[in-house]
Amino acid sequence: MSFFSRLKQRLTKTTGGISDAFRGLVGLPNGRVEEETLQELEDALILADVGVDNAAQLVQKLQKQRFADGATAEDVKQWLADQIAEKLAPCEQTFNIPTAQPAVIMFVGVNGSGKTTTIGKLASKWQKSGQKLLLAAGDTFRAGAADQLAVWADRANVPLVRAEKDGADPAGLLFQAYEQAQTQNTNILMADTAGRLQNRADLMDELAKMVRVLKKQDETAPHATLLVLDATVGQNALSQVETFINIANVTGLVITKLDSSAKAGVVLAIAEKFKLPIYYIGVGESLDDLQPFSAQDFAQALVGLGNS
Amino acid sequence: MFQLLADRLQSTFSSLRGRGVLTEDDVAAALREIRRALLEADVALPVVKKLLDKVKAEAVGEKLTQSVKPGEQVIKIVHDSLVDVLGEPESFSVSGTKPVVVLMAGLQGSGKTTTVAKLAKFLQEKEQKQVMLASLDIYRPAAQQQLQTLAGRVGVSMLDIREGEQPVAITKRALAQAKQEEADVLILDTAGRLEVDEALMGELQQVRDLAQPTHTLLVVDALTGQVAVQVAQSFQEQIGITGLAFTRVDGDGRGGAVLSVRDITGVPIYFLGMGEAVDALELYRPEGLAGRILGQGDVVALVEKMQNAVNEDDAMGLQEKLMSGQGFNMEDIKKQLKMMTRLGGLGSMLGLLPGMGKLKKAIDPSKMDDKVIKRQIAIIDSMTKQERKEPKVLNARRRQRIAKGAGVEVSDVNKLVKMHEQMNKMAKMMKSGKMPVMPKF
Repeated sequence: MSFFSRLKQRLTKTTGGISDAFRGLVGLPNGRVEEETLQELEDALILADVGVDNAAQLVQKLQKQRFADGATAEDVKQWLADQIAEKLAPCEQTFNIPTAQPAVIMFVGVNGSGKTTTIGKLASKWQKSGQKLLLAAGDTFRAGAADQLAVWADRANVPLVRAEKDGADPAGLLFQAYEQAQTQNTNILMADTAGRLQNRADLMDELAKMVRVLKKQDETAPHATLLVLDATVGQNALSQVETFINIANVTGLVITKLDSSAKAGVVLAIAEKFKLPIYYIGVGESLDDLQPFSAQDFAQALVGLGNS
Repeated sequence: MFQLLADRLQSTFSSLRGRGVLTEDDVAAALREIRRALLEADVALPVVKKLLDKVKAEAVGEKLTQSVKPGEQVIKIVHDSLVDVLGEPESFSVSGTKPVVVLMAGLQGSGKTTTVAKLAKFLQEKEQKQVMLASLDIYRPAAQQQLQTLAGRVGVSMLDIREGEQPVAITKRALAQAKQEEADVLILDTAGRLEVDEALMGELQQVRDLAQPTHTLLVVDALTGQVAVQVAQSFQEQIGITGLAFTRVDGDGRGGAVLSVRDITGVPIYFLGMGEAVDALELYRPEGLAGRILGQGDVVALVEKMQNAVNEDDAMGLQEKLMSGQGFNMEDIKKQLKMMTRLGGLGSMLGLLPGMGKLKKAIDPSKMDDKVIKRQIAIIDSMTKQERKEPKVLNARRRQRIAKGAGVEVSDVNKLVKMHEQMNKMAKMMKSGKMPVMPKF
């Protein structure tokens, strides 16, 4: 099932969506959207986690918009989707695997956002495209984290470096993994890290140390740092992005769990404030459910429009 | 953040001076700012709307006092409403026929497995229960191993893992083994599942029907956004939850999801996850949560502000008088009564303190309301200068005259005189060191 039909399927199940706002809307008097519908649209945008400011801004713009005679609710939705897609367009970028040998790609984020699963899916994908990979189980804290990554490494048929015991220094493990990647002519070293809340200074220091230690071997490493964001998280995502950028120099985002009812509208604010690329979105548990981000598809799903 | 809300509210009220009552227009302006603050804290929109209606009903017509800004008065009402929704702590009872089954459910990555370990430790150490764990998460790689490691760390038993065994079969085996081991509590960890995943929700229903849990806890990430409502509703409708545990409460989120989920489900909040270690589980307490959702730790600042509003000179004068052993006269009592009206009466002062909302309601309003205070001031105003300075001279005739002048019953005058006597008695005791000095307010 395509990303789009999946999202559309989900959207029809949720209530209070944008489509609801248009219930009973028959034609547009004088080509304008009426006050009551505008209010409902603003609510629907807020329910999609777009945030108060962005919702108000979009609706204000819509209020001034004059539609052609015979325009329908679909046209209004399309207009709204276009506005959102326009804001998100700069985020739609293909993830190019860095050319460094080995290219170190780090995965960071708060607990439970889906880092390990994302690595597993990407490892399978890249392995199939002929890359030589090494996974580093940098989450030495959470019980079973290395075991979890080991299962993914097995599935993708790629080697894994893991600490001998729980609680080992993750920076040391990365150092060791880098050396192994060098001697084995690995193209990509994918480093998992423990989930950490961005306000935990001690854990953020640990992350900073991991970056420092990597730089001792290659000043340009890590060559990409992907922040994995959970779509069900609300406005706190902004704080997460800000802190992880400061500590780990995040270069792009992955948004997971978009197959839930959550619509991750907070990425509008993130796009505006941090101008980070969104490389992938997760829309399910299977390997193919990690897909490139499309601003158009995302925007259409957010307003409840089909593209087919 | 709180200051931000207070400032914003203040600007919407800038035209008001501390007199009169809050009108519908004043309140409407304030509500817009409060709506924004709540939404920024990720309180779900339907819950925000409900709250605003309630606040509006309470705030319109509320009397304004000179010393507290109208904006702050409204915030106070909002704060109390949030505390109401959050509810009082309820004890997590695991007494009953062994084994008492606790079923844990939630989205992927919400923190179920870690919470299971924390709960096991809590029940074992604080409640002296023999706990057994079982993992029904056959989907996430190594999820069962994770729980096994944690069980070892905490020192509770865990059902052995059998490759390929399905959740319902695992449940059957867990129930049998818990019975055999005579475990007090059996905690069932389940796989994370999306609220829209019909197949996995169906599986959870089967597990529930088989295990007949005493508690079905929904584990929710405190950082969840607007979707919290759909998630909670879906789990409640399909599984029937009996309680809530929130995780990542130690994050820097404002935690609106806590309020939303509690409001939507109506079931008690039992636990708050405050960190990654297995002992970082706290029993739910509402203190501070409401302030945090509004963007401020607590309302202490508000109270301090009120204290500062009391005329320092008046307060000092009274205290000096006390310490010198001079005793109060009627003028002094009038000053104090005026101070109280400025603060909106004793009742509203109590209402400002977190947790005091209920106490405020419990206090006999006839004794505390502003009318009584005003009447007492009127009585003093009807006295001659001499009477005010030397209340001893107040004989029956004088009291009758004063009552007529103030438009009250003689019994009201008697009450005031008695109050004066009692205050002086207390002052003497304080002077002699028999009582601690009252803090000035």
